[in-house]
Amino acid sequence: MKIHEYQAKELLAAEGAAVPPGKVVKSVEEALAAFDSFGGSAVVLKAQVHAGGRGKGTFIGSGADFGGVKYLTSREKVGSVAKTMLAFPLQTKQTGPEGQKVSTLLVQKAADIAKEYYLGMVLDRASGLPVMMASSEGGVDIEEVAAHSPEKILKEPVSPELGLAPFQARKLAFELGFKGDQVTQAEGIMRALSKVFLAKDCSIAEINPLVVTKEGCVEALDAKMVFDENALFRHPEIAELRDETEEDPAELRAARSGLSFVRMDGSIGCLVNGAGLAMSTMDIIKYHGGEPANFLDVGGGASKDQVTEAFRILLSDSRVKAVLVNIFGGIMKCDTIAQAILAAFKEVGFHVPLVVRLEGTNVEAGRNLLADSGLDIVTASGMADAAQKVVDAARKKN
Amino acid sequence: MSILVDKNTRVLCQGMGKAGTFHALGCRDYGTQIVGGVTPGKGGTEKEGIPLFNTVYEAVRKTGANATMVFVPPPGAADAILEAADAGIALIVAITEGIPVLDMARVKRELAKKPGIKLIGPNCPGIITPGQCKIGIMPGYIHKPGPIGIISRSGTLTYEAVFQLSALGLGQSTCIGIGGDPIIGTNQIDALKMFQEDPGTEAILMMGEIGGTAEEEAAAYIKKHVTKPVAAFIAGQTAPPGKRMGHAGAIISGGTGSAGGKIRSLEENGVAVAKSPADLGITVQKMLAGRR
Repeated sequence: MKIHEYQAKELLAAEGAAVPPGKVVKSVEEALAAFDSFGGSAVVLKAQVHAGGRGKGTFIGSGADFGGVKYLTSREKVGSVAKTMLAFPLQTKQTGPEGQKVSTLLVQKAADIAKEYYLGMVLDRASGLPVMMASSEGGVDIEEVAAHSPEKILKEPVSPELGLAPFQARKLAFELGFKGDQVTQAEGIMRALSKVFLAKDCSIAEINPLVVTKEGCVEALDAKMVFDENALFRHPEIAELRDETEEDPAELRAARSGLSFVRMDGSIGCLVNGAGLAMSTMDIIKYHGGEPANFLDVGGGASKDQVTEAFRILLSDSRVKAVLVNIFGGIMKCDTIAQAILAAFKEVGFHVPLVVRLEGTNVEAGRNLLADSGLDIVTASGMADAAQKVVDAARKKN
Repeated sequence: MSILVDKNTRVLCQGMGKAGTFHALGCRDYGTQIVGGVTPGKGGTEKEGIPLFNTVYEAVRKTGANATMVFVPPPGAADAILEAADAGIALIVAITEGIPVLDMARVKRELAKKPGIKLIGPNCPGIITPGQCKIGIMPGYIHKPGPIGIISRSGTLTYEAVFQLSALGLGQSTCIGIGGDPIIGTNQIDALKMFQEDPGTEAILMMGEIGGTAEEEAAAYIKKHVTKPVAAFIAGQTAPPGKRMGHAGAIISGGTGSAGGKIRSLEENGVAVAKSPADLGITVQKMLAGRR
């Protein structure tokens, strides 16, 4: 689960990290008041959206030449830029073509930046440990640095019990080239990042950039956090920060029914039990020349209610020209699943071809139920047959 | 022959709730020696003929159990694994889905101090040696005894593979579902090593998926240490970067974990990779025909 920049900074500040003064606003009037409260000095207006690449984004239809992060020196400009940011959707490389509506801005007192660094913490699967990453090449293009000069990224494994030890923070601070009392300041921010990561079950926590100002202060200028969904049960205060307006409505709806759903760009809707088989079903559709419209895992079972809701979600997408159900009935019997499919089919009112492939326990009984139903359902045996049939059906529909 | 489990394995079930009990009975029906269940507070009673205990220690003392199947819900699952390890259970199979990843990071460090103890999973279907012992949630009847060892990160996709193999008359020595989470107890390399050493395994099928670098590392290991033929499949060839595909581990991030990279790496190291999930069985069959 993602949260906004200003929320991530609040969590860091609560652990003692220095962040620049800022105010969270939701209207032009509040933005102007925030500007005034900083005594009329320069500010940065930052659109609060979960998607990355804000700075290089565009406000669709506004004609504005700025993205989601804008440095401003005059009251008049703060008003006009805030108005645009709150009125037009922001499109970035991560939002998709429709963009994301902005309802919250962060008005941050502008810092005079002397140097930018990168600081981040993630789980390293190979070692099974969280790792703190730091680089003196901070700023927007840290992914480039990681890809082309990985030696410029320092890595320190972190004990999940003890957190980042003071000596580790010190080592990173000196290796990054901090001097004088900046070493202590940087250490404090690193330890705050480690504390938040471990205490709140983050899967990613980043400060990019971490800056040294011309006055010699070390500050977290921007922050990003993603939390482990599986650990939200023990962090109600984090779960509360969920911003549903940032999530795909169909994915959100699916999650409420215990379905794992990811939207894609193709024309063939899929409903599968199990994540591995669901991914493979998308793969085989592509292998046979089609394009999957989604990933959808109904879990190990597949109850009537779940199948019904899954069908509704798939059919609400106008790009879907055919649907493939691929279920391997293990403990869950195929005849039970066939009954669920039939009930859901009738309830939903299908308007595109449906191809069903069942395999596993009581498969004959399941197939017979579908065949004898008199409904317009194409049955398939084997994944290749199913994929070919659904790809053909989608083509005809086009 | 087989790896890790056989007809002599004595199995506990931790978490005898609805799902735990259902699957414990399924395992018993398959022929597994289910010797007890652990549910704190229910010690001294029994459920469907399975004696219950308050602690794993007591269960081990009274039943001689040497394996356990964990169904405890996510908030208490890591603790249940640690309890089993502390009680000296040699094989812990964690079926539970949704354990916080930092809990598993802590568990993994604790288990590293106990070299005799193996953890499979979490978030896995379990392990089965056909005809002898099933510890997990897989449908037992699709499996047939035979020479193919299977290693897989997912559940139903493994059943698909087993089904295709069995239909071609290719039985399985042991099928091990290692789990779909970012941190797991037994990884591909651990399983490859065991299958390489098992005289009952002639060939190995490895079912991977996007995310992480485990398949790439396994490919390098195969080239160096595995003389038996290995076939593989990677699920998620069409998955977009940055989107989590159901399993907590299945996400392409930071330029690593893509299916293309994994397939290249496996093929370069002599592994026969099935291009389509419909060809899992055929790929193994062809590979064996080429060897014989």
